[in-house]
Amino acid sequence: MHIVDRRLNPGGKSLPNRQRFLRRVKDMAQRAVRESAREKDIRDLGKDGRISVPADGVREPRFSRQPGTGLQDYIIPGNKTYVEGDRIERPPGGGGAGGAGEGGDGGENSEDAFHFALTRDEFLELFLDDLELPDLAKRRLSIVETEGLRRAGYTVSGSPANLALTRTLRNSMSRRIALKRPKLEEFAALEAQIAEVSEFDPILPELKLKLEALRERSKRIPYVDPLDLRFRRFEPYPRPIAQAVMFCLMDVSGSMTEHMKDLAKRFYILLHIFLTRRYKHVEIVFIRHTDKATEVDEETFFGSRETGGTLVSSALVEMKRVITERYDPNDWNIYAAQASDGDNVSSDGPTSTELLRAHILPACQHFAYLEVGDENGPRAGFVEHRTTLWRTYEALAKSGEPLAMRKVNHRRDIYPVFRELFGPKDARQSAEA
Amino acid sequence: MTAGLMSKTSKPIAKAAEPLFTGNDWDFDTIRRIHDACEVEAAALGLSWYPNQIEIITTEQMLDAYASIGMPLFYKHWSFGKHFAQQEASYRRGHMGLAYEIVINSDPCISYVMEENSATMQTLVIAHAAFGHNHFFKNNYLFRQWTDAEGILDYLDFAKAYISRCEERYGHTAVEQVLDAAHALMSQGVHRYPRKKRPDLASEQRRERERQEHGEQIFNDLWRTLPAKADAAKGDPALDRRRALLELPQENILYFLEKVAPRLRPWQREILRIVRLVAQYFYPQRQTKVMNEGCATYCHYRIMNALSEKGLIGDAAYLEFLTSHTNVIRQPNFDDRSFSGHNPYALGFAMMQDIQRIVENPTEEDRAWFPDIAGTGDAMAVLRNCWENYRDESFIAQFLSPKLMRDMRLFHVVDDPDEPDLRVEAIHDERGYRKMRRSFARQYDVAWLDPDIEVVDVDLEGDRRLIVHHKALNRITLQKDDARRVLQHLADLWGYDAVLKEVDPTTGAVLVEHTASARPIFF
Repeated sequence: MHIVDRRLNPGGKSLPNRQRFLRRVKDMAQRAVRESAREKDIRDLGKDGRISVPADGVREPRFSRQPGTGLQDYIIPGNKTYVEGDRIERPPGGGGAGGAGEGGDGGENSEDAFHFALTRDEFLELFLDDLELPDLAKRRLSIVETEGLRRAGYTVSGSPANLALTRTLRNSMSRRIALKRPKLEEFAALEAQIAEVSEFDPILPELKLKLEALRERSKRIPYVDPLDLRFRRFEPYPRPIAQAVMFCLMDVSGSMTEHMKDLAKRFYILLHIFLTRRYKHVEIVFIRHTDKATEVDEETFFGSRETGGTLVSSALVEMKRVITERYDPNDWNIYAAQASDGDNVSSDGPTSTELLRAHILPACQHFAYLEVGDENGPRAGFVEHRTTLWRTYEALAKSGEPLAMRKVNHRRDIYPVFRELFGPKDARQSAEA
Repeated sequence: MTAGLMSKTSKPIAKAAEPLFTGNDWDFDTIRRIHDACEVEAAALGLSWYPNQIEIITTEQMLDAYASIGMPLFYKHWSFGKHFAQQEASYRRGHMGLAYEIVINSDPCISYVMEENSATMQTLVIAHAAFGHNHFFKNNYLFRQWTDAEGILDYLDFAKAYISRCEERYGHTAVEQVLDAAHALMSQGVHRYPRKKRPDLASEQRRERERQEHGEQIFNDLWRTLPAKADAAKGDPALDRRRALLELPQENILYFLEKVAPRLRPWQREILRIVRLVAQYFYPQRQTKVMNEGCATYCHYRIMNALSEKGLIGDAAYLEFLTSHTNVIRQPNFDDRSFSGHNPYALGFAMMQDIQRIVENPTEEDRAWFPDIAGTGDAMAVLRNCWENYRDESFIAQFLSPKLMRDMRLFHVVDDPDEPDLRVEAIHDERGYRKMRRSFARQYDVAWLDPDIEVVDVDLEGDRRLIVHHKALNRITLQKDDARRVLQHLADLWGYDAVLKEVDPTTGAVLVEHTASARPIFF
């Protein structure tokens, strides 16, 4: 009898099966994931990855008998009152008495949806699949460098742990062949010959001498010579680590309702998830502003209320300050997302434009402006009102600056807008056109 | 040691100095001691088994094993991933408990046991799987005839490697399509009867000689005077020849496709072969569910009791064992909410205990019904004979006793669509016993359960349309949706049109007809 402990075997034996399964349901799963993202709190995205896909795509058909057709009979236990010849009313829904018979197959097939859970990674993979970061090629992606080790050929010196055995023995063998080191078979043959010839044979001393010579030679030419040794060589190389910083700018003046802030927050969270999937290291800077801007922590950013006017350029100035102080554009990928209800002091327009054009946009990888509106959207019958800020930014965008802008009224629009901003290139262009 | 151990009449055996374990914890040494102790009891019962290999696995690995139908290695396919997702979900939500063990019909016999099991459960599992199932696998005629316990793991290894090589060469999609189609036809991929061996020359000659001698013995000149039969009865010789060449009618559809389908490429044929051989390997298991589980349950019950009598397991452990044993053999009544058909463990165990009773303490009724075994005294000999030579259907037909039918309060209900109500055809009384036993046995007859589908004809020189018949027993037709889908797969593999006719075997009338044309996905 053997006992084998399999517990330490690598897990995930059915991972390839799962991948095949996911690949098969990819389209449907993607739809389901996006559907669920629309309804769910974005904060909880991917936490509980339960989704369901139409069972049709993953059905495994077999020939099986249709229950409820033809003559069927059942033997069942637990008779209490029936006697032969009794009639029993047909239970509703056809089938047999008590669901006996081949209920199993029918049950599975009649299900119209197949439920299963995705891991957070799989969820996000489907969720953010085919999205891409804009204009990556323009900048150096890799900035901070750490050292890694990688194989780089062989060397004649090194630590015993790195001994390249095959290489060493190959060298040893070629040397032995080249220098004609006597082989074991030669010894054996000669010794056999010596054993065969009689003691008084004149040839004997000669053979013995020959054997002695062979021994001598084999001693002088070692099996493995220090000359043969080879070691695996490793060399250090710089390993790039991509890092990014994400600026969240938000207007917190009195005109921003809770609903608007919620929309903005959802957008930021999506952006954060997206960035963390692309970069090992993502930092977030929160800048809120009324008529003056401050850098704050997350809680204050979303939580506290402020009163005051609205001066967008103050936030841009603050952002510029943070960039120059801490995030050198050469070292960091900078993303910025600004949310606002669009109010701005009209005299601030030129200042903001100038700031953006001269300092912010050149430093940024991507700058997105999200205008959040009322839940009910623009009131019916009114021509859509263009806010001060929108007009300012529109002029910038028209002049070819890398600035993306969208309007959002309802939280179900957040994800589509996000997809528009980061979707595949051609889709984005056609959306903007 | 005879069956006396379980009844209270046996005289108490001196308790062993020390139980095998105390408490719930176990280590490998404990497992070894448990196995050795069980081995002694199993030998006393006269069991014979393949060498055991006991493997300890985690919950996740158990789920893995579930997903690949219990085999330790298997090729990759999305459907296994689907089952894994399904089972994992229902396990995580607590809808489903996991089995304590999985046992594989191989030589050596591999039993997977869960690490969460307590020491008592490990004992139970070892007695159940490593000796009960193991004995059944090694001795039952179906397993001996159809499965190659020594070769199965090597074959699966080959299959896995082959399919992954195909995936590399021909792409995941191409392989997946073949596997999808093959899986759909899997239950039509078994040989139900062993094929005829080709006779060698010597036996052929001997048979010819015997035939001649027989002819001489019964020679009667009178036969010569009979008028010759009209030739009209003879069929079309070309058709007969064609059908003979293609071995038609053929119920093993995968085999037929593998050998005959005109457009499949060699690697596709090999994949069909792999799927069909795996199906064949599992074919006996479906036919012996009651017996297999009954045998294992009966063996673990005997072994555990013997261990308890000897004091090798403590009273606490014995009670723990009884709890899970009674859970396993619970059979809810038909009006119970948890009723979902017969529990094979319960039925098998009850029948085997009943046989033991008949052999040891028969009543007059038993003597009348089972004259061969009643009162012979050696229950194990009778049971070993059952385990060796019967499958569920024949076992029930032979050994279900009137007493057990009364105890289980079985009754027989007929559902005829032409009548407004269900009818109670028979109950557990004198008039009903035989009728009921016959129908009950039939419920376990795979030939009766599986739809009877066979390839009937194909005109290879004409339009190459594949004609498949389903003999709709009792006019029960196939599920339409699924039948259409499977037929589509069949047509894809065949490469030309396929038609499935559902025929009432009593009248020959066609009830339903499905057709499908090949999609150009394989070629």
